[in-house]
Amino acid sequence: MIIKGKVHKFGEDINTDDIIAAKYLVSTDSKELGRHCMESIRPDFAAKVAQGDIIVAGKNFGCGSSREHAPLAIKGCGIAAVVAKSFAAIFFRNAINIGLPFLESADADKIKDGDLLEIDLAGGIIKNLSQNETYNTAAFPEFLQEIVSRGGLINYVKERSR
Amino acid sequence: MGYTIAEKILLAHAGRKDIRQGEFIEAKIDLALGNDITAPLAIAEFKKAGFAKVFDRNKIVLVPDHFAPAKDLRSANQCKILADFAREQKIKNYFEVGCMGIEHALLPEMGLVLPGDLVIGADSHTCTYGALGCYATGVGSTDLARAFVDGKCWLKVPASIKFIYKGKLEKWVTGKDLILYTIGKIGVDGALYKIMEFTGAVIHKLGMDDRFAMCNMAIEAGARVGIIEPDDVTLDYVKQVTGKKIKTCDMRHSTCGGFKSDKDAHYEKIYEWDISQLQPQVACPHLPSNVKSALELKDVKIDQVVIGSCTNGRISDLRIAAKILKGKKIKTGLRLIIIPATQKIYLQAVREGLAEIFVRAGGVFSTPTCGPCLGGHMGILTDGEVSLATTNRNFIGRMGSPKSFVYLSNPAVAAASAVTGRITHPDELMIS
Repeated sequence: MIIKGKVHKFGEDINTDDIIAAKYLVSTDSKELGRHCMESIRPDFAAKVAQGDIIVAGKNFGCGSSREHAPLAIKGCGIAAVVAKSFAAIFFRNAINIGLPFLESADADKIKDGDLLEIDLAGGIIKNLSQNETYNTAAFPEFLQEIVSRGGLINYVKERSR
Repeated sequence: MGYTIAEKILLAHAGRKDIRQGEFIEAKIDLALGNDITAPLAIAEFKKAGFAKVFDRNKIVLVPDHFAPAKDLRSANQCKILADFAREQKIKNYFEVGCMGIEHALLPEMGLVLPGDLVIGADSHTCTYGALGCYATGVGSTDLARAFVDGKCWLKVPASIKFIYKGKLEKWVTGKDLILYTIGKIGVDGALYKIMEFTGAVIHKLGMDDRFAMCNMAIEAGARVGIIEPDDVTLDYVKQVTGKKIKTCDMRHSTCGGFKSDKDAHYEKIYEWDISQLQPQVACPHLPSNVKSALELKDVKIDQVVIGSCTNGRISDLRIAAKILKGKKIKTGLRLIIIPATQKIYLQAVREGLAEIFVRAGGVFSTPTCGPCLGGHMGILTDGEVSLATTNRNFIGRMGSPKSFVYLSNPAVAAASAVTGRITHPDELMIS
């Protein structure tokens, strides 16, 4: 799968309250959640995202609460993938479980706001078309690839229980 | 090579002969927890996938605590989803308002979590239960839905970091201060995807409430689990809540020898600190790692004080606050909101006269709820307002407006600060 989109750059330790404030956790609808994505720290974010855009951030993306509404909000506002230096553990598993593509890359710092990226998810390769650079990422462990390839955790369990 | 306590618990639940750090395992869980924010999503996933019956109605706990008692119509809908599912699946451990409490105070108090257990909760502060010597970790709603189906969870075996605390705690210094100090030292990702094992003479002298407060905030350093080896304090607590006397070697899944880390267990890092000089700690906006001594923050004026939450809403927290507030009035114009974490704690606070002290001081004494901690209800901040809270997070907008400010402290500092209207070391009020 190839994802091509414009970068929205964020800093370090972007937490789940930043991604979706608790006052919106009265919904489980990703489109509705998406309209308020990053609202506290970047009020115009959701309005500026075009379908297929990419979030790039520093270390510890998604720290804080366990709310699965966070990756749902990111998906719901049209973001196609998240690239960060590292991900918080619960966000990491939530993203796997709901099928939000994400990549861990030590080169995330080199990517600038507004850059155009082309991401080869299977190969784990990020091409920065604006800066004419290529970055490698850590490959997904086999076990996680299996969950993703079956379309998320629930399908994975369902297929195995047959 | 030996195992850490956390690894031993995983080993006992994974049906394996050995496990290695970094390895993916599927483990059987003893308990799965959801609340009014995370469970509705899990229930929807469970139903959407066409599953009809949960794997074991006795191993699921549902607690409407975040926006409960329902703060508005949409929260009422979410709470109803829990109630309906509990009824339909005959889930015993569903706690309606009236017997409800903040989940991470309630479950240990009900004796639902025991040393050696593997517990997952669709709430990041599930790590609280590690204070009992169990492997308890926060997961998402889909993980919870999956646990509903087959009682299992996928895990990557984390590496462990050991934290040894030496010395003697100063007056007014608590478990909360130890964990704030620790997060201040290592940062909000200082234990990313790790187990934090707390040990040392200082830890084993702490009461359970302080241990819960410490393990509760392990997630604030990015950890999967915060854990303390069970000792006599743990076993006394378990006896008190379950009415059963247990030894470390009859824990549910233990092989005899109990849950202690082996001497040759592998730790990725070991920190050793003498905390004898430590003063009460305060985390400043907007990260739990932005920690300073309360003494350095005398000039910070505050509009609201919240004492409560899954971190510090337990009886010893309320006692310490009452000790400081007794016979005093809070600063005019300041709002003091005190929230006992469970109904049992609430009643105890009434019985011991603490509730009266709080109300006479000018505070609000509320029914249990997570409420203001996550900006839900019962004490939302508006633009420019400053709160000192005994809660666990101070991210931008955490308690309401993105233009408000949250400081985190222990209950003694919070109570003293409510009297003066600025961040105050309790000694300032209590020495004279």
